[in-house]
Amino acid sequence: MTAPTWKNPLVKWVDTRLPIFTFMHHDLIDYPTPKNLNYMWNFGSLLGIILVIMIATGIFLSFNYTAHVDLAFDSVERIMRDVNHGWLIRYLHMNGASMFFLVVYIHIFRGLYYGSYKAPRELLWIIGVAILLVMMATAFDGYVLPWGQMSFWGATVITNLFSVIPFVGDKIVIWLWGGFAVDNPTLNRFFSLHYLLPFVIFGLVFLHIWALHTAKSNNPLGIDIKGDQDTIPFHPYYTIKDSFGFGVFLIIYLGITLFTPNLLGHPDNYIRANPLVTPAEIVPEWYFLPFYAILRAVPDNFIDIFGLLPVIIDAKTSGVVLMFASILILCLLPWLDRSKVRSAKFRPIYRQLFWIFLADCLVLGWVGAKPAEGTMLIIGRVATFWYFFHLLILVPLVSKYEKTRDLPESINASVLSKRTEIQVPAE
Amino acid sequence: MNMKTMITRLGTFLLIASWCTAVQAAGGATPPPKLDWSFKGPFGVFDRAQLKRGWQVYNEVCSGCHSINQIYYRHLEQIGYSSEEVKKLAAEAEIPAGPNEDGETHEDGEVIVRAGKPFDKIKMPFQNDAAARAANNGALPPDLSLTTKAHPAGVDYISAVLTGYKDPPSGYKMNEGMYYNAFYAGKQIAMPNPLSDDAVEYVDGTKASAQQMAVDVSAFLAWAAEPEMEDRKRLGIKIILFLIVLTSLLYALKRRIWSDVH
Ligand code: HEC
Ligand code: HEM
Repeated sequence: MTAPTWKNPLVKWVDTRLPIFTFMHHDLIDYPTPKNLNYMWNFGSLLGIILVIMIATGIFLSFNYTAHVDLAFDSVERIMRDVNHGWLIRYLHMNGASMFFLVVYIHIFRGLYYGSYKAPRELLWIIGVAILLVMMATAFDGYVLPWGQMSFWGATVITNLFSVIPFVGDKIVIWLWGGFAVDNPTLNRFFSLHYLLPFVIFGLVFLHIWALHTAKSNNPLGIDIKGDQDTIPFHPYYTIKDSFGFGVFLIIYLGITLFTPNLLGHPDNYIRANPLVTPAEIVPEWYFLPFYAILRAVPDNFIDIFGLLPVIIDAKTSGVVLMFASILILCLLPWLDRSKVRSAKFRPIYRQLFWIFLADCLVLGWVGAKPAEGTMLIIGRVATFWYFFHLLILVPLVSKYEKTRDLPESINASVLSKRTEIQVPAE
Repeated sequence: MNMKTMITRLGTFLLIASWCTAVQAAGGATPPPKLDWSFKGPFGVFDRAQLKRGWQVYNEVCSGCHSINQIYYRHLEQIGYSSEEVKKLAAEAEIPAGPNEDGETHEDGEVIVRAGKPFDKIKMPFQNDAAARAANNGALPPDLSLTTKAHPAGVDYISAVLTGYKDPPSGYKMNEGMYYNAFYAGKQIAMPNPLSDDAVEYVDGTKASAQQMAVDVSAFLAWAAEPEMEDRKRLGIKIILFLIVLTSLLYALKRRIWSDVH
């Protein structure tokens, strides 16, 4: 792969002083990509496009949005009714957030299945976890902006979580609120942060891709690229494949946005925020439900059951700690999983555990939507337990004792043998 | 594991999960019956004649207690009134005129009013929530602009509540000033039954049974909550058809470009 020579004099002039065109050529056109990637590899570039869609629609919304407790709800309704195509922009932004999370979750589980977090991609993976965290903060802030009932009460519940921080918790909560309750100063700073954080994500995505292009893409076999015969240039092969995937995505995204735009939202958020009326149930957006289930899973007598920890930690504190731990723990995965084999294709036991883990996360999401009582609470606790048991105990154990299948000799060899397998019966 | 097994496994799981959820959901307050609305489905549109009747019910009955703050008189052109008719409708309402030359908003303790104009908000029955509560036994009649979007069962729920008044089962303990309504959460609602046969006289001659009025005003409220709905679905049909063609072409192109990879 040699540096391209630029014919256009202006491009050449710029490129010799700041090699931005060469850089783009390397990373978007030439980038040598394993030739056996399946459709699970479509979701990364899709996420990049969704980020751009979110920023674009968000900027147009902010032209007409007013961050004030007396005006926010009506300003969003004004966008919906009186701004030209305002309803379209708002619904695209609202459902775009849901699509963003749907796609990022698929992207993460892809990584879990194919062992994409293992050396040499640990840092790439950790940056990914950071992106997830900032995405969550952004979506949480954004959901507060329309100032409906769920906006207000969601903000109240979640900001209150910080009160569990030892000694200074209560002070921190007041500092976050800018007062003694979620109120106008809170809404103002949430808007400010909601405008800022997507650009932080943008920066992190840049690092994520830099790390990717240094370590190169993983692939369904999880084996290293051995030479040029294993790869094809990103353009035109993956640009066209990603474009096709984007088309399919748009059909789903726009289908929901234009035919059932409120399917994924909560009806209560069409009721103006009212600090004096608590909704029957306070439920976060669907993409937070698994974490919400973990937050509420801890029994009050947690300490009595285990009787080990020297300090008394109440249920709320341990719930908050578990919730944040459930995400941060993912950063340790490259070291928890000691298996040299990346892809679950060649790991018969891990593969089964992967599917159970996925089901477990879906169960958590389902429990998160229900009131935390009775059977639901018990299911939530078991599922929470399994979440940590899987990551902290099973993954390290299995990675040590599992007998893995033989790896193919190279990507190219595997692709070739598959070709003949398919072609033989046809002849 | 190949794609197919993956999808079947996930599918099975989701099926079981949704079944469990359905079982959970049964029980609690009576679920509203699903009615056949003209605007349901991807091709559904509002029935203009029904919306006009609905407006009449809102204007003559509900507007005594409920505001509908997101709607302006000018919006009524969208449900089929001419601009002349809208001017007339607006002029029937008395709107607070704001301060006069002397900076006063009241005269002899009464708010100074003027005739409504198309650019005015639909007239509010009460000046503020406190006044609304005072007139309704302490209960607040909610603004009706977004009610169909603010309830999980949407428009079906509104029409069910409006026709759901019954005598309480014998021995049922009713609170002071409350009415029994099977569809309302808690079954006791502070709103007295607003509709009785012939409460309005429809301009288009339709027989104004309580059921008819409930359905008409619910449809009107569905429009008030989502006035963009028809534009949205029309755009949706065009865009989805376009995307299906585009995506098929992209797929064909992908096959072609990839045909030399081996
Ligand atoms: C006499 C005053 C009055 C009239 C007239 C009236 N309402 Fe109400 N309405 C109320 C009050 C008060 C409440 C609040 C009930 C409560 O909190 O229990 C209410 C509640 C409602 C609700 C909310 C139910 C819910 O689940 O939150 C709807 C919808 C509604 N009214 C629709 C209408 C419609 C449509 C009409 C016209 C046909 C109408 N109302 C006429 C006083 C009235
Ligand atoms: C990572 C990208 C982003 C995510 C995940 C996100 C998420 C959200 C969410 C969930 C909402 C609430 C939608 C609703 O229920 O109404 C929202 C609202 C909003 N967002 Fe964003 N957003 C992103 C980027 C941006 C950007 C870059 C801007 C501005 C430049 C922006 C401006 C707004 C505004 C003004 C609102 C309030 C209007 C409304 O509620 O519809 N967003 N956002």
